[in-house]
Amino acid sequence: MKFLCLICAEKVMEQMETADADSHYAEYAKFTEDIRASGHYISCNRLLPPSEATTIRVRNGRVSATDGPWIETREQLGGYYLIEARDLNEAIRIASRIPGAARGCVEIRPVAEDEQTVTALGFDKHP
Amino acid sequence: MSEPPHTDIRDARAAVDAVYRSESRRVFATLVRLLGDFDAAEEALHDAFRAALEQWPRDGVPDKPRAWLVSAGRFKAIDRIRRDARVDALDDHDTENIPAPETAETGDIEDDRLRLIFTCCHPALAPDAQVALTLREVCGLTTEEIARAFLSAPPTLAQRIVRAKNKIRDAKIPYRVPPPEELPQRLDSVLRVIYLVFNEGYAASSGATLTRHDLSGEAIRLARLVVELLPEPEAMGLLALMLLHESRRAARTDGNGDLVLLEDQDRSAWNRELIREGIALVEHALPLRRPGPYALQAAISAVHAEAADAAATDWAQITGLYDLLLRIAASPVVELNRAVAVAMRDGPAAGLALVEALLERGELEDYQLAHAARADLCRRLGRQGEARAAYRRALELTRQAPERRFLERRLAELGQQK
Repeated sequence: MKFLCLICAEKVMEQMETADADSHYAEYAKFTEDIRASGHYISCNRLLPPSEATTIRVRNGRVSATDGPWIETREQLGGYYLIEARDLNEAIRIASRIPGAARGCVEIRPVAEDEQTVTALGFDKHP
Repeated sequence: MSEPPHTDIRDARAAVDAVYRSESRRVFATLVRLLGDFDAAEEALHDAFRAALEQWPRDGVPDKPRAWLVSAGRFKAIDRIRRDARVDALDDHDTENIPAPETAETGDIEDDRLRLIFTCCHPALAPDAQVALTLREVCGLTTEEIARAFLSAPPTLAQRIVRAKNKIRDAKIPYRVPPPEELPQRLDSVLRVIYLVFNEGYAASSGATLTRHDLSGEAIRLARLVVELLPEPEAMGLLALMLLHESRRAARTDGNGDLVLLEDQDRSAWNRELIREGIALVEHALPLRRPGPYALQAAISAVHAEAADAAATDWAQITGLYDLLLRIAASPVVELNRAVAVAMRDGPAAGLALVEALLERGELEDYQLAHAARADLCRRLGRQGEARAAYRRALELTRQAPERRFLERRLAELGQQK
């Protein structure tokens, strides 16, 4: 099963003291190397802070764009890992080692693998 | 190495898969003992099988795959601890504390599965957590499979498992087979979990279908494992009881998925093989010691299994076995079952008097089967009005669709007889 681990924190890298961010990057480097080695890794990325976000909506065929995240929360989405795990408890075990889990929180979401989704997204034709 | 190094890669892959299915839970059980932690063991197990996938296609499948995996998992864990220690100098883990697996594939290692079962069923854990943990760690089911079987949401189940593991760690629940003086009580707890799993599969407490095969099968597999490793009479009794229940699976529902009572079942559809095995276990377990509740219930089930039909059943023996059961495990439900047996032995009036006395005591007021039994006995005595009222009360209390349909059918039949 695939799980998306969404990392949320009150402070993203850009808002941290340099030394603090450096050590946080080092933790991420080690964790990412670990899950690459263990075979759980599929992909990951760090996101630029919500100040860089644009939210769009299409209504009546017109695009409207607004600054910032679409919802105000104290914790901001800072990045994600997509992992492969046997079940939710294995995903929890792996996600609990994401460095951000010790500072903010990590939301674990199973990736939909139902037939309709697979067909709609073309995974049956482009595996 | 048992196979030449140029083994076909697909063969080696298939070998890893086969070993995973047959050995992964044993390897896990041993790794928990060596590493002293469920999560570390799960990680090491994963690493060991990953190493097997890399090395077996190249070097051949080892002679003793299980020992190979235990040793690979242990080394991977030591590696990991060393790497972590480099990053975090204050880490107080010490690789020297990790014992060697000792004997390769015998002795202590066999006991690891029992250790695992006793730890997962430790009475300090909540009953729900014992069931979830046993199914995941001992049987190897995934969180999602367990959630589906119990009709609950995966995140709820996952949390239960996380909490249980934290509790094991925080309360330092020892990883061992309990000493003889604690064994009877601790074994009770293990058998209770197994029987809960079985019953959840056999008579799902809610939902549209009456049985969920997978859980009953898992429970029987677990009980076989316990009997193999710890041949205590009550473990044998429970295995016998479940086999005898299981033997009637095909006969206890009709083509529409509706419930068929024991007396109405087509006994030619009973699984003779399971009955033979169940009866042999009962005969083995009963004389060993003062029989316990599982052995007695199995004996009752065996008497039913031996009868050609309901009328030919030795109801006197069944009543006698219920008397014994009441003496060691008194409960209103057992009294109710005894009352039904008395009704078969001495007639419905004698049974009804007992059931009504039981209902008056109040403990079974919300137990639908007590009202259903009362209804049935009233019906047999021609007391239509009382029968109807009792069936209605039973219906109010029943959540299971097939059981509801059965009661509704009986009510409708009463209507026609008016």
